[in-house]
Amino acid sequence: MTTVGISSCGGHIPYLRLDRGVVAQIWGRPSVGGERSVANNDEDGITMAVEASRNCLGGRSTEKVDGLFFATTTAPYKEKMNASLIATAADLKREITTADFAHSLRAGTGALKAAFDSVKSGSMSNVLVVASDCRIGYPRSDQEQTFGDGSGAVMVSSENLVATFEGSYSICNEMMDVWRNPEDTFVRTWEGRFILGEGYINHMKEVVSGLLRKCNLEPKEISKAILPAPDIRSHTNLVKQLGFHMETQVQDPLLSSGGHCGSAHSLLMLVGALEEASPGDMLLLANYADGADAMLFKVTEEIKRERNQRTVKGCIEEKSLLASYARFLSYKGLVETAPGEPFRLMPSATASWRDRRSILRCHGSKCRGCGKITFPVQRICYHCDSKDTFDEVPISYLNGEVFTFTLDSLAGRSDDPVVIQTIVELGEEKVRFYGLMTDCDPSEVEVGMVVSLTFRRIYDGAGMHNYFWKCRPVRRGGIHNGQHKG
Amino acid sequence: MGSIKDEVAIIGMGCTKFGERWDMGAEDLAIEAAYEAYEDAGIGKQEIEACWLSTVMAPVIGVSGTIAADSLKLGNIPVIRNENWCASGHIALLEACMGVASGAYDVVMALGVEKLKDTGFPGLGTGRGMHPVYEARRTSPGSFALIAQRYFKTYGLSIEEGRETLAKIEVKNHDNGSLCPKAHFHNKITVEKVLKAPIIAWPLGLFDCCGNSDGGACAIITTAEKARDFRKDPIFLKGFGISTDAMIPHFRPGFSWTSFDALKTSSHKAYEMAGIKNPRKELDMAEVHDCFSITELLIYEDFGFSARGKAKEDVDSGFFTREGGLPVNIDGGLKCFGHPIGASGLRMTYEVYKQLQGKADLPERQIKNPRLGLAHTFGGPPQISAVAIFGNEKG
Repeated sequence: MTTVGISSCGGHIPYLRLDRGVVAQIWGRPSVGGERSVANNDEDGITMAVEASRNCLGGRSTEKVDGLFFATTTAPYKEKMNASLIATAADLKREITTADFAHSLRAGTGALKAAFDSVKSGSMSNVLVVASDCRIGYPRSDQEQTFGDGSGAVMVSSENLVATFEGSYSICNEMMDVWRNPEDTFVRTWEGRFILGEGYINHMKEVVSGLLRKCNLEPKEISKAILPAPDIRSHTNLVKQLGFHMETQVQDPLLSSGGHCGSAHSLLMLVGALEEASPGDMLLLANYADGADAMLFKVTEEIKRERNQRTVKGCIEEKSLLASYARFLSYKGLVETAPGEPFRLMPSATASWRDRRSILRCHGSKCRGCGKITFPVQRICYHCDSKDTFDEVPISYLNGEVFTFTLDSLAGRSDDPVVIQTIVELGEEKVRFYGLMTDCDPSEVEVGMVVSLTFRRIYDGAGMHNYFWKCRPVRRGGIHNGQHKG
Repeated sequence: MGSIKDEVAIIGMGCTKFGERWDMGAEDLAIEAAYEAYEDAGIGKQEIEACWLSTVMAPVIGVSGTIAADSLKLGNIPVIRNENWCASGHIALLEACMGVASGAYDVVMALGVEKLKDTGFPGLGTGRGMHPVYEARRTSPGSFALIAQRYFKTYGLSIEEGRETLAKIEVKNHDNGSLCPKAHFHNKITVEKVLKAPIIAWPLGLFDCCGNSDGGACAIITTAEKARDFRKDPIFLKGFGISTDAMIPHFRPGFSWTSFDALKTSSHKAYEMAGIKNPRKELDMAEVHDCFSITELLIYEDFGFSARGKAKEDVDSGFFTREGGLPVNIDGGLKCFGHPIGASGLRMTYEVYKQLQGKADLPERQIKNPRLGLAHTFGGPPQISAVAIFGNEKG
């Protein structure tokens, strides 16, 4: 039987955080404690999935990737595949299988299970499984504080495995505990004692015990129990009831530092666990929603191979605090903002489709005549006039330096009035890139600043979301921990 | 390249009052400008054989020449619309000149009108480029601010020194504009006021940016040979240059952001045709494209008025003031007229024309015995530049 498992992984937690004390103070209620992650106003389920995917791919060849499964409950499009856009921005080849998994906080583990089965059956060889979510709790609710935004990605393969997939166990249970109707912005819940006691705790216990029994393992043989939980108290209860030792055997549930990231949370925690794992570790992942999934992984020697540049831990440390609840509301789209000056040119589906290689894949053209790289793709070389003799080259993984910039007060929306426009030189070739800078306080920007590229939502126009690349500061080791705007 | 030096002449010009002309549509502006030009030339519309119309933001795309034809009732003659961003006015004028120089027409009109104050917002809008995604958030001040940031860095000016230098240019232009009746703004400003004004696109503040105005201007052109049949003081075209850079600066590989090939090429072509070796000495006045303070600074250097990286010295010494060695923007420039895009090139030409005739509207702003004057517009991301040099004598 083919051994399958995980060959690489990557996570993403947005740069912006909201101190839960700020929310608590607004509503005059106690703080859940810590901070929650908040997607920037140019991030959504798709862009966060691209971030995690790129961290998982690490700039390595994508030639052998033949599938991408995307899981979310907050897809930017109600009808239209999201996986296809993520696969394109991640610069995967066209001959791949893509699918969206949706509607459930188990969509992430569901997609993961489907990927293991696909690779095991031989129908695919490397499937990128990525989950991403940015759910919203009702104003003043616990969920408003406890939810977070984030994404996680793992590559399911049969070779070069950093962890082997040792088995799984699932149960299905129908109950109305946590849900959203099609017209709902906010997550609905039934009474807490029902959803946590009968729902979460009982089913997580059942699925974890079931998997341990199936694999003939005792709780003490598990190196890390990865147990996504709706809140810290439930997590603590569950750990206690399952008999795991909190200090040594339990993966950080990321609740105080980021919040519960919906369908992405199980994958994000799994990535966090893998990034800290040692060969031989047994990792147990369990995930709850209308039943539960549990999976067992054994970490291999390959885990030492290479470590992610941008780890979950690194994402947690690299942050900027949103100073106000008002900005949280507007970034979440809950209060309307006045747009900047009106756009002169509306997007066109056909034009964007024609330019998709540069817009989405971030390809430039490398002239076969003189070797110079230009972005976006140019049919006639600016340097040597060669016509249609170029190779497309990806530039999205190149780091660069700011050549010049401006802090533009005309182009922004009212809650984010300053737009940082930059001209960047990328890589040794000094490929010119013009774009906006994100995840950055305007006062930080200077000529010569080191930046990398990130895929973001640019604006909505003509009834569609428009995505493109932006640059953001590379904060090597140095943690910027300032306050973000007002 | 050939030359049409001294082959055509302007025999009449008109220019509207620039400003917030709430009660005037583009058609009204066309009438105001054209009828002043008819009167100045001593002709009527029946003598116009072709019209080159410059307008950029005209109500919708695809209006052709109707703004001119319908308002002025230009019957059955060619009306050719020109859109070349901020250089539209000059390019329409130069095309009209070439129409006459070619021998196809004897008397033609170049008309520029722009009704910016119908858009409902104070700037030119966001997404100023050709591409709805790559340039989604591009604004005019943003693009020119990229130049300022890089210029300061390249030539070792601190932000404070750089901003103060730019402020002096605006103080000069406002001082000039305060005397110009047709200008939109007549307020004098101080360096301190400029530096304390709200930031539009760092490092450019409010006074570093030209205003948004409505306006129109018109020129009537004939052959140099026939010009004196119409008036005793026609103004002759001495030389011109038009240049569009091969690629938008934002994506152009290796672009310096401190000098534009289009500026250098267009000015040098114009100097060559006009026989000018040393523009700093030979030109008596220049109306250049001060859409933003940094643009005027860059033009000083790319046009050879100042040595590379040394424009600050000339700004500090007052070389470009009305009393200086080379007065620049003596009507207040775009800074005081605002920039109704399609009209600006013709408005600048109007100032050169009147000054060369010794007929500035107010005697106190007439410069002494000018012979050669330059008018220039620079537009787009920016990418296109048009220069025209005029003289009041043939030869």
